Amino acid sequence: MTAPAPAPVPATRRPQIAAGVRDSFSAGLGIFPLGIALGLLMLQAGLPWWLTPALSLATFAGSLELLLVSMIATVTPLAAVALTVLVVNFRHVFYAFSFPLHLVKNPLAKAYAVYAMIDEAYAVNASLPAAERSAPRLLAMQIACHTYWVGGGLVGVAIGVALPAPVKGLEFALCALFTVLTLDAFRSRREIPSALLAGASVAVALVLTPGIAMFTALLLFVALLLARHALAARRPAAETADA
Amino acid sequence: MPSTAYLIAVLAIVFTITIALRALPFAVLRTLRTSAIVRQLSVWMPVGILAILAVTALHGTIAAEPRATLYALLAVAVTAGVHLAFGRRTILSVGIGTAAYVVLVNAF
Repeated sequence: MTAPAPAPVPATRRPQIAAGVRDSFSAGLGIFPLGIALGLLMLQAGLPWWLTPALSLATFAGSLELLLVSMIATVTPLAAVALTVLVVNFRHVFYAFSFPLHLVKNPLAKAYAVYAMIDEAYAVNASLPAAERSAPRLLAMQIACHTYWVGGGLVGVAIGVALPAPVKGLEFALCALFTVLTLDAFRSRREIPSALLAGASVAVALVLTPGIAMFTALLLFVALLLARHALAARRPAAETADA
Repeated sequence: MPSTAYLIAVLAIVFTITIALRALPFAVLRTLRTSAIVRQLSVWMPVGILAILAVTALHGTIAAEPRATLYALLAVAVTAGVHLAFGRRTILSVGIGTAAYVVLVNAF
């Protein structure tokens, strides 16, 4: 993945890559400690150390992998594993709507961009103005994030024996990251309806299905947006034309 | 202790389903690029999806440590406050917010 497709501004690939790596730092604050947590959990569950890097390469999906550790340790039936993967990662279906995959021209790079389309990659990108996005910047950010994840897992495995009680609370970095990125995506008053609909969706989801709140919230949110689209289509186009 | 064959089967399942969930929508949407509704959704979705991720991540933190609910809410406020007050520097905001939570959870 060292040769991403030319960006819209090909003369400036190096600064684009540097910008992508910089983009990854904030996400890395959440990803690296979670990687360490995965490595530690894996050893605590009595699973072989190599499963941490193997799982992190087979799929790049942090929360799912943390969830899978106990399922694997108890030899959960494969069908149940498959269903869990389907439900937990179903949200990625919605990312395709606004993930700028069209920027990436090289087929191999494109495949990697899809494979490594984690929440953080989607989120960091969504908070960038469209004019600042480019293939090298996107791929550099994704590769850097993946490196933090695999590296964190290996560090976790390595210190698993030495450190009985890791620092508590580091996983909050994920929460802080999404909070900040939400603020950044909220650029103008035009975002208010979407934010309110999302708020309502997640509130209902947390009450009705706390176990799979994210899954339910995303489905509700999409349903509400479709309703909003249908409503807006009936009104004069003034409001929707500029959105 | 699961057998190696089981572990490899899990790896294969996880890889296949995740990549399918991530890739198939792009294939479907490519044929819909010009659709007004798809373009509208791509504009409307990011802020809402991010908000949902933020709330569910907070919920996960609280579920893992229910007695620290107040600290988690406080740390979210610190994160947002730092972000808006100090020029939206993501690393600074995430770093200070996380540090606030770690300190609160471990000190009290």
